[in-house]
Amino acid sequence: MRKRSSGYEGTRPLMLPFFGGHFGSSEMAFKLIGLLLGFILAGSAFAKEAPTVAADPQLEKRAMALAEELRCLVCQNQTIADSHAELAIDLKNQIREKLKAGMSEAQIMDYMVARYGDFVLYRPPVKATTVPLWFGPFALLIAAVAGLFYYILRRRRTPPAQPLSEAEQARVRSLLDAQEDRP
Amino acid sequence: MFRRRAEVMLRARFLIPLAVFAVLVVFLGVGLRLDPREVPSPLINKPAPAFQLPQLQAPDKSFAQKDMLGKVWMLNVWASWCVACREEHPNLVAFARTGAVPIYGLNYKDEREDGIAWLARFGNPYQLSAYDRDGRIGIDYGVYGVPETYVIDKAGVIRYKRIGPVTPEILRDKILPLVKELNGNA
Repeated sequence: MRKRSSGYEGTRPLMLPFFGGHFGSSEMAFKLIGLLLGFILAGSAFAKEAPTVAADPQLEKRAMALAEELRCLVCQNQTIADSHAELAIDLKNQIREKLKAGMSEAQIMDYMVARYGDFVLYRPPVKATTVPLWFGPFALLIAAVAGLFYYILRRRRTPPAQPLSEAEQARVRSLLDAQEDRP
Repeated sequence: MFRRRAEVMLRARFLIPLAVFAVLVVFLGVGLRLDPREVPSPLINKPAPAFQLPQLQAPDKSFAQKDMLGKVWMLNVWASWCVACREEHPNLVAFARTGAVPIYGLNYKDEREDGIAWLARFGNPYQLSAYDRDGRIGIDYGVYGVPETYVIDKAGVIRYKRIGPVTPEILRDKILPLVKELNGNA
């Protein structure tokens, strides 16, 4: 079986040669269980060890608070706190190290932005390039409300329907009468 | 007369969803063309972060970015476990043969033997590769998706960064003209 290039080694699809055979005999069942156990054990051997955690719980709390604010660039919709990508683990370790070395939260944020740009911040700063991002939705809302008001005002200004003329009334009557005549 | 105008208005109203749809298509079309992985690097036009690392193939020798001051050079971040690097590699090998610009490698989070074996198997376009075992220099360079490629000028300033494989088109249309310009003017 060819490996897929996803980088997830160890999660290849299982091919069970037993399928299509008979499951009646208990020997088969034992073999199947043994095989499954084997796969589970092999899987755990591939699993990554738990990411290192700072010994000091206070420091760990600060590190994780920072990690919540930073985007994982490998898996862009996760914070590095949530992510188990290698880079995210490395960056968490960097945060711990820098906190331990006495750097402030703001300094560490600057460190990250200097390397990865504003994109790493889950709350981007307000500046010229991010103005549409911050105020675009409000602009759209204002435009929509303005459009709604315009529509309502215009509707109000349209003249009330003209009363029907004599000829039209006669036509209405004849049409209605024709309707009533039907069974 | 009045009725006909109302009819036209009514018909025009049916066009509104179509117009909305057209706008949506334009937005989605543009969105499809954008690559969210192409995050603009803040390192462009900044000095290349300093490093001093052992060389991949000669652990007792080191390589530092300041060794390259006065030259235009290309830094390519690669790893033997990186699938896209293998896709990119023939392009680099061919480009190195033209001698347009010296290419240096940064072997990122790799096993030393794996990296050496990989170069032996697929060819070595690099003057040498620096060995970044724990990926720390990678972080300084803002690496998050190997392969990444930087063009650094004579003053040691990063002038170009490519995230993802370098293609022959990029080499021809972006990197080569830039290298020529940097060599001519600086």
